[in-house]
Amino acid sequence: MSYDLIVIGTGPGGYVCAIRAAQLGLKTAVVEKRKTHGGTCLNVGCIPSKALLHASHMFQDAQHFAEMGIGVSAPTLDLKKMLAFKQEGVEGNTKGVEFLLKKNKIDAFHGTARIAAAGQVEVTGEDGSNQMLETKNIVIATGSDVTRLPGIEIDEKVVVSSTGALELESVPKRLVVIGAGVIGLELGSVWRRLGSEVTVVEYLDRILPGMDGEVAKNFQRILSKQGFAFKLGAKVTKVEKTGNGATLTVEPAAGGNAETLEADVVLVAVGRVPYTQGLGLDKVGVQLDNRGRIQTDAHFSTNVTGIYAIGDVIAGPMLAHKAEDEGVAVAEILAGKAGHVNYDVIPSVVYTFPEVASVGKTEEELKAAGIAYNAGKFPFTANGRAKVNRTTDGFVKILADAATDKVLGVHIIGPEAGNLIHEAAIAMEFGASSEDMARTCHAHPTLAEAVKEAALAVEKRAIHM
Amino acid sequence: MATEIRVPTLGESVSEATIGRWFKKPGDPVKADEPVLELETDKVTLEVNAPASGTLGEIVAKDGETVSPGAVLGSIVEGGAGAAPAAAPKAEAPKAAPAPAATPAPVPTAAAPGAAKDHGPAVARLAAESGVNPASVGGTGKDGRVTKGDMLAAIATGGASAPAPAPMQMRAPSAPVDAEREERVKMTKLRQTIARRLKDAQNTAAMLTTFNDVDMSAVMNLRNQYKDVFEKKHGTKLGFMGFFTKAVIQALKELPAVNAEIDGTDIVYKNYYHIGIAVGTEKGLVVPVVRDADLLSVAGIEKTIADFGRRARDGKLAIEEMQGGTFTITNGGIYGSLMSTPILNAPQSGILGMHRIEERPVVRNGQVVVRPMMYLALSYDHRIVDGKEAVTFLVRVKEALEDPARLVLDL
Repeated sequence: MSYDLIVIGTGPGGYVCAIRAAQLGLKTAVVEKRKTHGGTCLNVGCIPSKALLHASHMFQDAQHFAEMGIGVSAPTLDLKKMLAFKQEGVEGNTKGVEFLLKKNKIDAFHGTARIAAAGQVEVTGEDGSNQMLETKNIVIATGSDVTRLPGIEIDEKVVVSSTGALELESVPKRLVVIGAGVIGLELGSVWRRLGSEVTVVEYLDRILPGMDGEVAKNFQRILSKQGFAFKLGAKVTKVEKTGNGATLTVEPAAGGNAETLEADVVLVAVGRVPYTQGLGLDKVGVQLDNRGRIQTDAHFSTNVTGIYAIGDVIAGPMLAHKAEDEGVAVAEILAGKAGHVNYDVIPSVVYTFPEVASVGKTEEELKAAGIAYNAGKFPFTANGRAKVNRTTDGFVKILADAATDKVLGVHIIGPEAGNLIHEAAIAMEFGASSEDMARTCHAHPTLAEAVKEAALAVEKRAIHM
Repeated sequence: MATEIRVPTLGESVSEATIGRWFKKPGDPVKADEPVLELETDKVTLEVNAPASGTLGEIVAKDGETVSPGAVLGSIVEGGAGAAPAAAPKAEAPKAAPAPAATPAPVPTAAAPGAAKDHGPAVARLAAESGVNPASVGGTGKDGRVTKGDMLAAIATGGASAPAPAPMQMRAPSAPVDAEREERVKMTKLRQTIARRLKDAQNTAAMLTTFNDVDMSAVMNLRNQYKDVFEKKHGTKLGFMGFFTKAVIQALKELPAVNAEIDGTDIVYKNYYHIGIAVGTEKGLVVPVVRDADLLSVAGIEKTIADFGRRARDGKLAIEEMQGGTFTITNGGIYGSLMSTPILNAPQSGILGMHRIEERPVVRNGQVVVRPMMYLALSYDHRIVDGKEAVTFLVRVKEALEDPARLVLDL
């Protein structure tokens, strides 16, 4: 029997690709190495971390109930139960994917996939059983793995990756996070809220590399108020395990005297690398780029006919929703349709509190490209809803082309920023101007009014400022 | 008293004209019957003469505006040069002013509600404020939607003056560095008509072209022998067009389908022979018609064509002179064309293409000899002209030209 399409990996890219392909009438199968579907995102990434972010936020909020006149005794933490709460959420989601695959009549094979040749996928089960699947097309959606630092061994107990940081047996007194990116700050937030002293060590002189500079600076201030300590422009040269924890040797990135940091747990969150191990890509001749990513053309095709790749394993931001859109696009292309991903409008969100969200260009990128722009900013301190909720940290910033008023980038720090960003994404997808956003009626009282006001502020006519 | 200048009757089937340009400025003295402005129509450019002497007062319809027959173009104020004309136009101004001010205004308000649905609110506002219809602006947004930037650009390039339903401009924007070196010019009415009619012909007819060649020796010898006598007697040069027209008419008589046209499910056979002669002018191609050419002598045809040529170049052809043709002859040879596939002058069913005469080696009685040869092309509407008829037509034309005696003897 031969398939039209075999997707290797059932993360957000892979399973979405398979479903879309099945919808379009392709006979589709998936191969998954884990016992459950959903990949890193659902099992040890976005979903469990959001469960813990939500639970820890509630834990922290409960400490302020008295301010609203709600009398409760001080909340106590049952970490074991919180982790179980998280795990139930994960299971609910991975089962959901399993259901969706079944519903779409997609055959799911569990085991490790190896591409024997174009059109042939060998699946080796955990028990060593072996079978060869025939297919017209292969989509590689194997995702990414944690980046390891040379000389720093991850044992997932004392020195942990994001995976281990979701499973700590107790709240560490001192948590050192290596890397001030999205993952480090999110998981750092979880444990900070649950009581850890969190120190973030970052090689660059700023947090959230790649995000808008003003946003990053502001966000760092907010996190510092929450008790985060930052060591920026610093590199970890050594992690020595001691009896119950570890001693880190930290040197200024620019050179200088080393200092030591004591930690109960060290979280290594310096990024992720494409995962292509065991696929046999060198044997079938699929080309990788200099960063180990599978090289694809505009239609997600590798240099080998019939083999495609999407998601973290190819170039571009390592984001679940980027992988999903690519999965849909490649399925549509394989079905003879015009699949397309607009890489200029891919939102990205940091799910801390407040959240940070952005879509499009940063001020730094616009300056570097020499594009003249107008910026409109509106703080949540001036938004009625944020005020009564007492969640006034942050602002909305809209960057629009100086000549055409086209929205080029939107950056939000604030409560619900991850939800607020999407009106900007839709506006940008349709080439809207800041005036279009400003002239679109926004319900009162909502946090979204801050987006409208920022749009008004581009042409210097914000009402509530 | 002021005398109004109005758009003259433009001829049948001509419902509008564009102001080409005014020759006079307000305040300039004008004499009765002196041309004061130029009108462009689908078919011709014509001059409008002053209805009275005096001073040009208000200009109501400015260069580039579209006007209908009978519309007021401007006015002539009594009195010659002097103090009066300066005051007179002013006095006229209030009367005429409300018209141009009022006309553009309703357009945007009418356009705005519809526009608001299809475009973003910023585009709708700009449409309402500027009068530029978003439908006339090329959109760069998703699925060709018009963005605020597109509108701003359209307004900046003078789109504001063109609220008329201009054809959709869907051209992808050029690279900025190239865009600076581009020039955008409004098509003249004549050019727009040529473009539309040629494309209509292609879209309607089952058009194809058949070729043949003709040995011009006989016609050239005849011409060399009689050109001086001919010119002396008839006052016009003996060219080739007379022969070609005669040869065509003889062939049309034998093959009436080529002279016919389709009207719905009917075929209209025309038992008269109005032969259109394509004439290139600076502004574009025009096709004056030699009426009842079958009744004219070669000299009569030559004279008519010579007169058309002169007047076409001066833009003085009347619209009626370009209507009603039944078959067309076009001569690309005068520009050096070796071979071409002319496009039908709809609703006609045939067009003969003449080409350059060139000495070429040909075989006559087993000998290679040098002869002045010309390729002939007949594009025809295969819906009513069969291949056999088309080929025979061209063979008849060839035979008549290679042996002009056939024209005399009707063979």
